Amino acid sequence: MYEHLETAENQGNLKRVAVDPVSRVEGHGKVTLLLDADNKVQQARLHIVEFRGFERFIQGRPYWELPVLVQRLCGICPVSHHLVAGKAIDQLVGVDPENLPVTADKLRRLVHFGQVMQSHALHFFHLSSPDLLFGFESDISKRSVVAVLAEYPDIGLQGVKLRKYGQEVIRMVCGKRIHGTGAIAGGMNKSLSKAERDYLLEDIDQMIEWSAGSVALIKKVHCSNLPYYDEFATIRTNYMGLTKPDGALELYHGGLRAKNANGETIMDHIDYCKYNDYIHEEVRSWTYMKFPYLLSLGQEQGWYRVGPLARVNNCDYIDTPLAEAARIEFKAHSGEAMVHSTLAFHWARLIEVLHCAESIKQLLHDPDIMGQDLVAQGEKRYEGIGVIEAPRGTLFHHYQVDENDIVTKANLIVSTTSNNMAMNESVRQVAAEYLSGRELTEPLLNNLEVAIRAYDPCLSCATHAVGKMPLQLELVDAEGKLIDKLVKHSDGQIEREDA
Amino acid sequence: MPKPVLLFGYGNLSRGDDALGPLLLEYVESHCSLDMIEILSDFQLQIEHALDLENRRLVLFVDASVACIDAFDFTELEPARDKSYTTHAMSPAAVLDVYQSIQKQTPPPSFLLSIKAEKFELGDGLSANTETNLAKACAFAERLLSNPDLDFWLKQTEQA
Repeated sequence: MYEHLETAENQGNLKRVAVDPVSRVEGHGKVTLLLDADNKVQQARLHIVEFRGFERFIQGRPYWELPVLVQRLCGICPVSHHLVAGKAIDQLVGVDPENLPVTADKLRRLVHFGQVMQSHALHFFHLSSPDLLFGFESDISKRSVVAVLAEYPDIGLQGVKLRKYGQEVIRMVCGKRIHGTGAIAGGMNKSLSKAERDYLLEDIDQMIEWSAGSVALIKKVHCSNLPYYDEFATIRTNYMGLTKPDGALELYHGGLRAKNANGETIMDHIDYCKYNDYIHEEVRSWTYMKFPYLLSLGQEQGWYRVGPLARVNNCDYIDTPLAEAARIEFKAHSGEAMVHSTLAFHWARLIEVLHCAESIKQLLHDPDIMGQDLVAQGEKRYEGIGVIEAPRGTLFHHYQVDENDIVTKANLIVSTTSNNMAMNESVRQVAAEYLSGRELTEPLLNNLEVAIRAYDPCLSCATHAVGKMPLQLELVDAEGKLIDKLVKHSDGQIEREDA
Repeated sequence: MPKPVLLFGYGNLSRGDDALGPLLLEYVESHCSLDMIEILSDFQLQIEHALDLENRRLVLFVDASVACIDAFDFTELEPARDKSYTTHAMSPAAVLDVYQSIQKQTPPPSFLLSIKAEKFELGDGLSANTETNLAKACAFAERLLSNPDLDFWLKQTEQA
């Protein structure tokens, strides 16, 4: 591991390089590297500078507003926040998951599969395929989805249409692509009509075929340069996520499972309402983002990864046939109990896309999906906890309300927070293995971004103002004097500014 | 067939001035005839929005912008291969470029109404200056949408 690079000694004698913000991830992130006189990396950190204010945004609101309100926390995965808020407020009206009407449960699962599918499709086809198809150090003009559309038109178009299909699933179930009101306390507020069901069925076989093709593509890309893909930014970690009671892959509802780097079980079938007994969060002075860890292993050893790699690693099997066959191939390729390659996140992500497509088809053929029993009722409670596997990993929402149904306390652990330590470790690995002693160039620094991007972090949420996404690279000498500066503007133009 | 005019506003209602695009849509919904106009909204522009441009006669994107000098800016868009592809949020010009790539044809005439914005904090409302900017942009959009004619819109780009 590379923890020794978190904090350098004698920082005053080091040059400072900042990549701010990291492009192709949401919000504002910044990588800082401190180099010594020989350009050896002495310190590497990923700073996430806008990850705050979520709890304050929720407190003081009536609980029934939350499923709509929390969608605005994230422009990338609003449905995940919507559903997890729905799960938490189910408890506030006294409805436990097992008492949710069958149709409501299946509609929520359907929309969640649509959300994960479109989110993963965006990440792979739009954000990562340029790196994977053209090379991490390829010319920057090539690293775009339009270049993919030009040189691999079929793949590019499939990405656009897979994304669109996932959005259509959301629209059919929730009534809108965004700001939908599908989940309400105790169930769902809208059934799925036969016309809506049939509309989604029209293209689902095509989506399954394309999803299977994307798994074959990423397997080919990964295995064509296996040593590199298995080593780049790779770290041996613990993994955590939800699984079904029988150990199958689960995205909507299950128990918490964690395994260590050797595949040995740390905890299993944990009721997520007791998450506070198992997971704590550490604060560090140099970043707003917390560092969660498994209490039983402590701060030093207890950090873990979440998301597609964790889920596919952790589960015993996947309950859809094509995705299960893909999982078996995936696990076999590494020869270890767990796949630790950070770039294997992409492979695992596409296995999940295939699982989502297969699951959507199963649900659309399930007669329960068009049922009319949508809402259950119970007795009021003052605390509700929802947990879901969002596209980027395990997402926790925990609310407390008063007698007037106003939220008095909220705690959120979002997926990117759980991957905070792991992303920092991957940055350090890349910095130590690929940058030290070399001239700093844009393609070289793209390697750092590639490592972060594999986690698909959502660094902030949903703001996008024109002109607000510059990328700066500064080189400062040991005396603190700026000696070089590259600026990547929001239109992609790169210029070297006079120091 | 889709309606001939697409009005696409994007932004987050709960992030201060980022709400300008969606708020302008709310104004249009309550003040304009929608016989010819389809209104779509999202947090951000993405690749699949290229498919929403199919069979349109005119497209108007509306967004908050920190780059505006005046209260609002109105420009004609051309497909552009900019590097907004490298973020979760694309520029409208990049969406047009995706349209051109996947449809193999020129996108419909498209315009961007940018409204001057300042602050984007989660949970904030519009800043005071921005309220005024929004009112001016709404009046301008109402005039545009009541004259859904390419020549008229092109003339407005010269005057805005």
